Amino acid sequence: MSGAASVVLETRGLVKRYGGVVPTNDVSLRVELGARHALIGPNGAGKTTLVNLLSGTLAPTRGAILLDGHDITGLAPHARVRRGIVRTFQIGQLFGSLTPLQSLALSVSRQLGISGAWWRRLGADERVGPACDALLRRFRLDDVQDQKVSELAYGKRRLLEIATAIACKPRVLLLDEPVAGVPEGERQEIFDIVAALPDDVSVLLIEHDMDLVFNFAKRVTVLVDGAVFADGAPAAIAADPRVAAVYLGEAHGAAAHG
Amino acid sequence: MTAPATPASSAAPATSAAAAPALARDARWRGWELATLAALPIAWLALPQQALLLNEIAILALFALSLDLVLGYAGIVSLGHAAFFGLGAYTAALVAKHLTPDPWLGMAAAVALSALLGFLTSFLILRGSDLTRLMVTLGVALVLYELANQMDWLTGGADGLQGVTIGALWTPFGRFEFDLAGRVAFGYAAFLLLACLLFMRRIVHSPFGFSLQALRDNALRAESIGVFVQARLVAAYTIGAAIAGVAGALLAQTSGFASLDVFDFHRSAEVLLVLVIGGTGYLYGGLYGAIAFKLLHDLVSAWTPQYWNFWLGAFLVVLVLVGRDRLVRPWTWRPGR
Repeated sequence: MSGAASVVLETRGLVKRYGGVVPTNDVSLRVELGARHALIGPNGAGKTTLVNLLSGTLAPTRGAILLDGHDITGLAPHARVRRGIVRTFQIGQLFGSLTPLQSLALSVSRQLGISGAWWRRLGADERVGPACDALLRRFRLDDVQDQKVSELAYGKRRLLEIATAIACKPRVLLLDEPVAGVPEGERQEIFDIVAALPDDVSVLLIEHDMDLVFNFAKRVTVLVDGAVFADGAPAAIAADPRVAAVYLGEAHGAAAHG
Repeated sequence: MTAPATPASSAAPATSAAAAPALARDARWRGWELATLAALPIAWLALPQQALLLNEIAILALFALSLDLVLGYAGIVSLGHAAFFGLGAYTAALVAKHLTPDPWLGMAAAVALSALLGFLTSFLILRGSDLTRLMVTLGVALVLYELANQMDWLTGGADGLQGVTIGALWTPFGRFEFDLAGRVAFGYAAFLLLACLLFMRRIVHSPFGFSLQALRDNALRAESIGVFVQARLVAAYTIGAAIAGVAGALLAQTSGFASLDVFDFHRSAEVLLVLVIGGTGYLYGGLYGAIAFKLLHDLVSAWTPQYWNFWLGAFLVVLVLVGRDRLVRPWTWRPGR
């Protein structure tokens, strides 16, 4: 890989409008191959809406989404996953009545293209077991692998949330506040796992913890009122007085809310 | 860089390989499962005088099993599952009356048509909330009821389909005429129940079956790991309809009769009750529920014929309020434990 990094995921003039509310307003964004790209902004800036548009959960009012230069704007969410765009959720979305092992085995089976098989049991394919073992160990879920997900502790659920996405072998990973609600001490660990992803996996991260963002990201995009407010290297964003003003404003607002 | 995209694959060499055996353990036969399945042939051998009642139980169990796939596994609520039961019943009766008396061919036709109806109507339940699904499934069953009522040249209308004669049942051990005591009927029903249970067990332990449970738990996440949720719902609903068709065809073939009653709302409601009594999502709830329901019915009717519905209602209220898990464990009833 020499020269300019190639763009993997791109949006062009993306707009999402609900009546008079415009949570995504003409967003043009480029996520490069192997990116460690953070998306920040005050509450209500439209960060999660943008992730929903990229994952296909929401359809844009206008604009286009391109993966490797191909228009995927009309593609259903499951079809995008099969092309490598995988997301996690800010509010955990898991399979409550399955175990972590079963959840991961299903994701791995889906990734291998055998999730529709009805005549073999889950895990009968010899590739599934080792892949699950590795994921369970890496995300420290091996001690709870046979417990029901609905009975897991919160921290374990957050780990499973990300492990489920990694099991899908993403090419572009969209992380929507992966450490929301996770105790301070355990946050870095989750980030270490994400940072250790191979170089050809591009990561787009939404996060509030600025220390983590500036440790992790090599590029930062600031979203304000649904539009791109600033975009650049972390150092430049950190030094930008306008960005500081936006966050200072929010800090006051948040303090007022208690 | 050509490393696989899973970071885990570059992790330290495996110290333990617990996942594959643990997954295999999930699908292993339990003792109580084997005992349940073995009870079917044993009941056929040991209780010949009860064959008629046992046949009714087997048909109801099969009907409830089909709903379990739809409701218990795929999470599709239905108040109109009788649509497929009824279509199976009328198809089997009509095939016997006009085409061939062979029960297996009638059964095959019933399964095919019920599956087709399930496939076509599954597209109506893909979108929308539980309430929409309740209304749509109820509506489909009502439409079929009225069609069967109006097309009296074919179905006999409100009088039902008379003069259905079912031929001898081919088996590897010879051909058997259906007898009045219901021994052949129950043997036939028990065989089909066993076959459908084994088929369903295969399904629910497969990746396909787990993807149904996953989308029932969380459809948003299921599609976010790449599961085509709509296609899964269509498949589950179609299979559920086909098995309901088996149950309906069994009723028509073993009673030699099909009437509007097979499409009636009370059938859809009753099968839901049976499944709730037995428990959803573990495959055997339909069978246990059917046994409990029929025995309760026989017991209460013998004691106080007019008030069956009263006691059924009271039982249901207690069941739902106390919870099935606690009801079958009396030692947990004392509070403060």
